[in-house]
Amino acid sequence: MHSTRQTIIFVLIMTSIVALVLSLMSTGLKPIHDKNEAVYNKKAVLAAVKDQLKGDFDALSDDQVDGIFNEQIEQKVMNMKGDFLSEEDVRAAGYKGGKAEHLDMAKEKKKDEQDRILPIYVFTKDGGEKFYIFNVRGMGLWDEIWGNIAFESDLNTIAGVAFDHKGETPGLGAEIKDNKDWAGQFIGRKIYGEDGTFKSVGVIKGGAKNPMYEVDGISGATITADGVAEMMKRGLKYYEPFINSVKKG
Amino acid sequence: MADVQIAKKESAISFGKKERKLLVDPLNDNNPVTVQVLGICSALAVTTLLDKAIVMSIAVIFVCAFANLFTSLLRMYIPKQVRMIVQLIIIAFLVTVVELSLKAIDYNIYKELSVFIGLIITNCIIMGRLEAFASANNPWRSLLDGIGNGLGYAIILIIIAMIREFFGKGSLLGYKLLGPTSDYMLTIPGYQPNNLMVLFPSAMFVIGVLIWGHRAWNRKLIDIS
Repeated sequence: MHSTRQTIIFVLIMTSIVALVLSLMSTGLKPIHDKNEAVYNKKAVLAAVKDQLKGDFDALSDDQVDGIFNEQIEQKVMNMKGDFLSEEDVRAAGYKGGKAEHLDMAKEKKKDEQDRILPIYVFTKDGGEKFYIFNVRGMGLWDEIWGNIAFESDLNTIAGVAFDHKGETPGLGAEIKDNKDWAGQFIGRKIYGEDGTFKSVGVIKGGAKNPMYEVDGISGATITADGVAEMMKRGLKYYEPFINSVKKG
Repeated sequence: MADVQIAKKESAISFGKKERKLLVDPLNDNNPVTVQVLGICSALAVTTLLDKAIVMSIAVIFVCAFANLFTSLLRMYIPKQVRMIVQLIIIAFLVTVVELSLKAIDYNIYKELSVFIGLIITNCIIMGRLEAFASANNPWRSLLDGIGNGLGYAIILIIIAMIREFFGKGSLLGYKLLGPTSDYMLTIPGYQPNNLMVLFPSAMFVIGVLIWGHRAWNRKLIDIS
């Protein structure tokens, strides 16, 4: 039998060793973790314009992702009024890197609506054609969902979308990420009506009736699909000041 | 009660019949999933795709093997009153090592497995082996037992994942094999993958059928239960 004293000493020594090893490991691997996370986030942005990229998107190496991001993407950060933020302002908002890629949209979503800041990525294709990528975030059935939405240079026609989610059900809600055909429906849809009013894209249970502004829902995932429609309507509206300023020239 | 027993003095590292049994038994006669019905929760959750299941299997084999080894090394010193907590610390330590390594090696898989790597801590196979075996056997045998049970879990996980990915998505490891369009290797016009296979309940059915099949095939199992 061990005495209480022995027990306490044993546990103290053991937990100290474990804590030491784990913290060393965590600190040692931090640079690699940060790099991986940065590439992952960049790839999520590029996924929205993957049809415009050369080669197999899934096979892009980390360096290639970095390369495309550095050479072909211009990053901007905007506040809710439509003013651009300088790198200093972004740093002051709590993001050390100072660029759009460093924003943590989950953190932004917790702020009051008027205090949020938004990333804008302008992708220039090899031929010089410009694409605008916006970030939207909302709620699915179980947890948050988000996506990057690419627009053609008219800032009306969708060129590609890439959604992701935190905890939707595989085979149902998770289809917004896994089912490329479903996400592909958004390509070519428009967010402004012919009279110039903002409409966004609806996700319609039972099948889209107006192919200009609607896509089919996902059977078994009505709430997630409604979440996608809601987040696009609200999230893209945030970008209206920017869209209008670009349209004016 | 897992009173610490002094293991019989045998040459520390040998590989005889008994050792072989430790490795092979969990694969068939004493499989942790289909015979003992442990570790079902993760077998349901991470078997939608084969690559996820393989990574999860490697993680569990690693954790199970080393948790067994460490517990066995410490078995004379672990105070009885806190032994379960100490075992949990060992498991949690190893799981965190796996999580940190995976995050550095393959971030995509890490993101996809998300909480399930952390949930290895609660995998009853591992805790069960520590209590039933490692706290009363020498380190070498405990290591083998850990690897064996890890493999026994892995083999079932991989079979389930193969069935689910193949029938649910028409692919294996992301290679498109069977589907309605021409980018699949075998094209059957109008073929629809069975989406039910991607959903959680299908894992339950597949495990059930596997257990049944295993028992029908291995007659020894019918008598012991």
